[in-house]
Amino acid sequence: MVRLSELPDGEIGRLVRLDGDRAFRRRLMELGLLPGTPVRVVRRAELGGVLELEVRRARLTVRASEAGLLFVAR
Amino acid sequence: MSAPGATARAVRRVAIAGNPNTGKTTLFNQLSGARGKVGNYPGVTVERHVASVTLPGIDGAVELMDVPGTYSLSARSREEQLAIQAVAGLHPLERPDLVVCVVDATQLVRNLYLVLQLIELGLPLVVALNMTDRLEETGQSIDVKALEQELGVPCVAIVAAKKQGLDALKEALARVLLEPARGKPGWRFEPDEALLVADMKAVEKELPADWVAGEPERARALALWALLSLDETDELGGIPPGLRTVVAKRRKFAEVAGRSLDEEIIQGRYGWLDARAKLFLKETGAATSTTDKIDRVLLHPVLGFPIFLALMTLVFQALFVGAEPFIGLIETGFGWLGERLAALLPPGLFADFVNTVVVEGVGNGVLVFLPQILMLFLFMGILEDSGYMARVAFLMDRVMRALGLHGRAFVPMLSGYACAVPAILATRTMERQRDRLLTMLVVPLMTCSARLPVYGLLIAAIVPVGSGLPFAQGALLAGMYLFATLVALAAAAVLGRTVLKGPRVPLLLEMPPYRMPHGPSVVHLMWEKSRVFVREAGTVILACTIGMWLLLSFPRTHVADGPSAPPAITESYGGKLGQTLEPALEPLGFDWKIGVGLIGAFAAREVFVSTMAVVYGIESDDEAQGELALRERLSAETRPDGTRLFTPLVCLSLMVFFALACQCMSTLAVVKRETASYRWPAFLFTYMTALAWLASFAVYQGGRLLGFE
Repeated sequence: MVRLSELPDGEIGRLVRLDGDRAFRRRLMELGLLPGTPVRVVRRAELGGVLELEVRRARLTVRASEAGLLFVAR
Repeated sequence: MSAPGATARAVRRVAIAGNPNTGKTTLFNQLSGARGKVGNYPGVTVERHVASVTLPGIDGAVELMDVPGTYSLSARSREEQLAIQAVAGLHPLERPDLVVCVVDATQLVRNLYLVLQLIELGLPLVVALNMTDRLEETGQSIDVKALEQELGVPCVAIVAAKKQGLDALKEALARVLLEPARGKPGWRFEPDEALLVADMKAVEKELPADWVAGEPERARALALWALLSLDETDELGGIPPGLRTVVAKRRKFAEVAGRSLDEEIIQGRYGWLDARAKLFLKETGAATSTTDKIDRVLLHPVLGFPIFLALMTLVFQALFVGAEPFIGLIETGFGWLGERLAALLPPGLFADFVNTVVVEGVGNGVLVFLPQILMLFLFMGILEDSGYMARVAFLMDRVMRALGLHGRAFVPMLSGYACAVPAILATRTMERQRDRLLTMLVVPLMTCSARLPVYGLLIAAIVPVGSGLPFAQGALLAGMYLFATLVALAAAAVLGRTVLKGPRVPLLLEMPPYRMPHGPSVVHLMWEKSRVFVREAGTVILACTIGMWLLLSFPRTHVADGPSAPPAITESYGGKLGQTLEPALEPLGFDWKIGVGLIGAFAAREVFVSTMAVVYGIESDDEAQGELALRERLSAETRPDGTRLFTPLVCLSLMVFFALACQCMSTLAVVKRETASYRWPAFLFTYMTALAWLASFAVYQGGRLLGFE
């Protein structure tokens, strides 16, 4: 199990656990990122400190600090 | 004659809901022929579009209204709460007769999450499957009949941007309006977890009767909504205390038992969808999409940023340069019109009034902003519609966040260098009120083009042309830009941590696929923004213009001087005010005449130049000659003790004042419109004026201490 922020670009992991405050977790789950859902790191903006994820065909952006609250199994 | 029930009703309401980026606005414009009206939802500054449409077989009026784009009905803020209020018809909004849910067919399951919530509420529903033309390229296909079967509501495949399937959609809407049961399949997702059912039952008892309206389905759905939405930190309004208590209690129980209510509810809905998805959705594998190919360049780790800067330069250049000839045309045109009108009238007070209202009010006060507003929203429309705006936030988040600003604040901030008025209108691109407010409060600090004539005058007074310092003028001007920008960024950092301190919000945005901007929608946006500005901000600006005119024209002591004599500004209330203010302006190095100029400049900064000309009694029909005369007059002006008034230090202090003071009633009028309150424009004016005074004080007094004059 690794933090999503540590997953290399292009790799897919399966979400195991979400930390962080309730609003953040709820929003992510409502966007379809639930425990068990596969998630891929598409790219990251080094200058922006932001990750682009692929979840259920949709592209989401999350901050690297917040992606650190998500744990995935590779 | 038409069937009973078809005509009896007064107005039928159809609400258009959907996730963001699903083409909701395009569909709205297509159905309404872009004849909609735009207003605000009661109590919040979220735009609400309403239009009247005709549907086949429906005789009465049908009112179409949009619901703010959302991924879910659950809410945390007042803005998010609008979605549930608008679709379920909770106070103070009225209940729609039908809801259309616009769905991005290429991201079906995620979009159906919202559809499921609408079904739970027992609302007559029609699903509009949009962008079905892109299914193939994303390697998917949808069996619409099977989808209808599973959901139990009419589903219509459309391509809103290409006007495909709109007739079928209208027919489906009409059918469900006439026979609501067709759009109501009954409860879909059923929590089978006994514990969750018990939680729902407990919450249902505390729901207000007018929410439930005697419908058990609504009660269940709203109980789930309350369980998902309410907690100690939500900012929702109109929630009964009893409901809060029971939700808090239930959540606590669940937590102690190691359950997560959020996860049970959300997982339950997605579980329902995932279990059925293969019945209506075929995935044949995803080819590399066009979006991916474009993003490989536009979001390239090295190239992405320079490309972004180049694009922004282009936007800014167009805004600054492209609007210029049109602005000139409006100014000249209204100047001519004002003269003509005044010439028709007997010379005197009334002619002067008409001239002021036409030239300074309608022309230079209101319409002069239109070229830049149109230009900026042309670009905003293209950037938003194409999907690039979401990438701006992606690229700029870290930089902007350090300043407490939203990533999307970048474009409005940049536009502020041209003019604060369109820039403030553009803050709507941000969802949260707090982010919008913070941007509105700092945008007026950016050096707009109206400051340039004033800087021109004062820089020439500090470093006269031909003084042998070739680069001094340019360096001074660049310095003023840099100074104002740094102050604006610092103000953002300070205001964001004090006045507008809010909870840190996680960045969770969707990066929509690139799409060709939809021309008519962009034009509609430009038209709508202009119309709202003219109608709502325009009236305030006009009132201010008249107020300023009264202030600077009365009392009229020199009427006898002849018909062409300028109003004796120095004797006016404005002049008196300038004299009264002198003690406050003296520490900045200003005398009362400059004070009068500052008061005049409140109409618009560049008016300072002409007001100073009036104060010094310089009359010239030729603008260039007039300014030359004014420059000479300024350099000759002395204080009572015989020393020079406009020393370089005083000019610098005055420039700093102009850089920071909110000398622009149009800006305040737009902030009033966008915040729907007088509080924020009052705050903006106060903080900027205070900042300007302090900075000028520091420059003048500091300069004197250092031995400058």
